[in-house]
Amino acid sequence: MALQDKDRIFTNVYGFQPWNLKAAQARGDWDNTKALMERGQDAIIEEIKASGLRGRGGAGFPTGMKWSFMPKESKDGRPSFLVINADESEPGSCKDREIIRHDPHKLIEGALVAGYAMRARAAYIYIRGEYIREAETLFAAVQEAYDAGLLGKNACGSGYDFDVFVHRGAGAYICGEETAMIESLEGKKGQPRLKPPFPAGAGLYGCPTTVNNVESIAVAPTILRRGASWFSSFGRENNKGTKLFQISGHVNRPCVVEEEMSIPFSELIEKHCGGIRGGKDNLLAVIPGGSSVPLVPASEIWDAPMDFDGLKAVGSGLGTAAVIVMDKSTDIVRAISRISYFYKHESCGQCTPCREGTGWMWRVMERLRTGDADVSEIDMLHNVTKQVEGHTICALGDAAAWPIQGLIKHFRPEIERRIAENVREAAE
Amino acid sequence: MADRHIEPDSPELRARWGGFEWTAGNAEQAKVIVGRYPEGRQRSAVMPLLDLAQRQVGAELNTQGWLPIPVMEYVAKYLDMPVIRVVEVATFYTMYNIAPIGRFHVQVCGTTPCMLRGSDDILAACKSKGLSKGHTTADGLFTLTEVECMGNCASAPMVQINDDNYEDLTADDMTRILDELAAGKQPKTGTQLAGRHTVEPAGALSNLTAMVDANHDYRGEW
Repeated sequence: MALQDKDRIFTNVYGFQPWNLKAAQARGDWDNTKALMERGQDAIIEEIKASGLRGRGGAGFPTGMKWSFMPKESKDGRPSFLVINADESEPGSCKDREIIRHDPHKLIEGALVAGYAMRARAAYIYIRGEYIREAETLFAAVQEAYDAGLLGKNACGSGYDFDVFVHRGAGAYICGEETAMIESLEGKKGQPRLKPPFPAGAGLYGCPTTVNNVESIAVAPTILRRGASWFSSFGRENNKGTKLFQISGHVNRPCVVEEEMSIPFSELIEKHCGGIRGGKDNLLAVIPGGSSVPLVPASEIWDAPMDFDGLKAVGSGLGTAAVIVMDKSTDIVRAISRISYFYKHESCGQCTPCREGTGWMWRVMERLRTGDADVSEIDMLHNVTKQVEGHTICALGDAAAWPIQGLIKHFRPEIERRIAENVREAAE
Repeated sequence: MADRHIEPDSPELRARWGGFEWTAGNAEQAKVIVGRYPEGRQRSAVMPLLDLAQRQVGAELNTQGWLPIPVMEYVAKYLDMPVIRVVEVATFYTMYNIAPIGRFHVQVCGTTPCMLRGSDDILAACKSKGLSKGHTTADGLFTLTEVECMGNCASAPMVQINDDNYEDLTADDMTRILDELAAGKQPKTGTQLAGRHTVEPAGALSNLTAMVDANHDYRGEW
C-alpha cells in the first residue's frame, strides 16, 4: 500500500503554503517541543535508534547510533557541536532545498532536539552557496525561532541553551564531505581530513562534532511525536521509514515526492511521475541514487525496491534517492562522461589519484564517446578506475570511479560499437 | 579542478581598490557575521565576508561583483589572518569571482540531469544572443558560465542569474529572460512552466492535494 498523505512528514514540500513559523506551527511543528526534550537525552537517542532511521545524506549510517557516539559529558571543557549538512550538490539531488525553502521549521526544530540529545552547544547549518534564496528563508526562519524563544537561552522553556547558526558555502561539491565541511566552517579550503580522529572525537574547532544530513535531522521531531514504531512500519527490514525521492530526467513529470522506503521503482514512476517518457519500453537505464552510484539497466531496475539493500542487490545504491531516469534517446556514454567531467571539476586536488585520475578518466571517456579510441582502452580505463577507487582520503575518488564502472559493466557493447564505427568512418 | 585565473595585481587595480572599506551598512553586517562564531575563531567568517565584499564591489560597479586582490587584503586584515589564506579560499570556491564579471552572471547548469532535459538548447539560446562561455558580452551585460549541478534537478533545465533561479526552461524562455534583463525588467523567477508551482508533478498532483488550497493540519488523521 502506498504512503498516505497523513503519514507524510513534509506536508508543505511543494510550498503551496507559507513557510513561516505561524503556518508551520499550524501544521504541527514546534508543538510542545519542551515535552519532547523532557523525555531525556538517552530516551531520544533510543527512540531514533528504534525507528531504524538511517542517514539520508547517502551513506545510510544509522542516525541514532551516530548520535550516541557523542560524549555524554565534557571532561576537558570542550563544547560539542552539531553540523547540519545542507550542502546538497550531488547531481540529481534536490530534496534539502525543498525542506529549507518550504518547511524550514522542521529542520530548525530537529536541530534543537538532535542537538539536545547529543548534548551539543550549538548547531551550524552549512547550506550550499548557490542556494541563495533558500538561505535567505533559512536565516529568516531561524530569526523567527529566536524571537519566539524557541532557540537561544532556555530554548522552548526547556532550561537548555542552544544556538543555531547558518553558514553559507560558496560553490564546492566537496564540502558535502563531512570533514571538508568542518574545514570550510573553520574558514579554510574544503579539503577532507584524514580519519581518525573522527569528528565525534575531534571535529569542528577540535571539539566533538556530529555531521547529519538535513533530512535526517528534519524528520526527528515527527518520529519522536509519532513514535519509533510508526516510522518503522514503512519499508523493509533494515530500510525503514519514509524518504524524499527526487526524480529527474526522462519521465513525464519530474518531481520531488515523499514515499515509503522500499517502494518498487515502477510504482514510484507510474504513480508520481506519469511514467517513463515514451512508455516503459523506452526506458534505457536509471541512476537511482545520485551521480555517484552506478547506473542500472532498465530490465534490472523496473521491479527493484527503492531502498539501501534493494539497490545494492542490483549493483548500485540508494544514495540520496536522486533518481535520474534515461530513456532510449539518451547518449549514455555522454551522460556518464558528463558526470566524469563533474568529478574532474569538483576534485579538491588534495590526493593525487583523484586530482590526476578524474581528469584522465574524463578525457578517455570523451574519446570513448566519439569512438576515437582503441578497444583495449576500455579495460585500461576500468583498471584505472580501480586504482583511483579506495586510494583517496575521501570518497570522491570512489564516486568518480563507480559511474564509469557501471557503464562498462552494462554498456560495453555500445562503447565497442562506437569504436568500431569510428574506425570504419576513418577508413572511408 | 576548475580552470580559474586570478586577475593579476596591478597599480591600476590598487589605485581603484586600495581604499576599499565596508560601507556603514556592511560594517554592521560584518560584525553580525563574525559574531556567529566562537571567540578566537573569527577566521570562520572569511567565507561570508568575502561574499559581502564581492556584493559591495558589485554594487559599486553595477555588476555581479568580484574580488580584486586589495579587497581580499582588506578582508584578511579585518579578520587578522594571512592574505594568502584568504586568497586560497577565494580561489578554491567557485562562487567567488576572481576576475571582473558582467552585470548579469548567467550560470547555465550543464550536468547530466539538466543535460537530459535539454541544457544544450539553453546554452545554444545563450549563444544565439551573443553570449559565449567564459566571456562577458561587449556591452558588459552578460557573463556566461556553464556550471555544475545546482540542485534543481526536478525542475531542469535551469539557469541561475545573479541571485535568482529560472527553472523548467525552454530555449524560448531563455531568450525571453535575457531580453527582459537587457531591457531592465525582472523576469518571473522559479519555474517557467505554466501551471506548475514548484517541484510537484506538473499538472497531475499525486499527493498532498489538501495542501493546495489550505494549510491543512494532518494531525487529526494520525
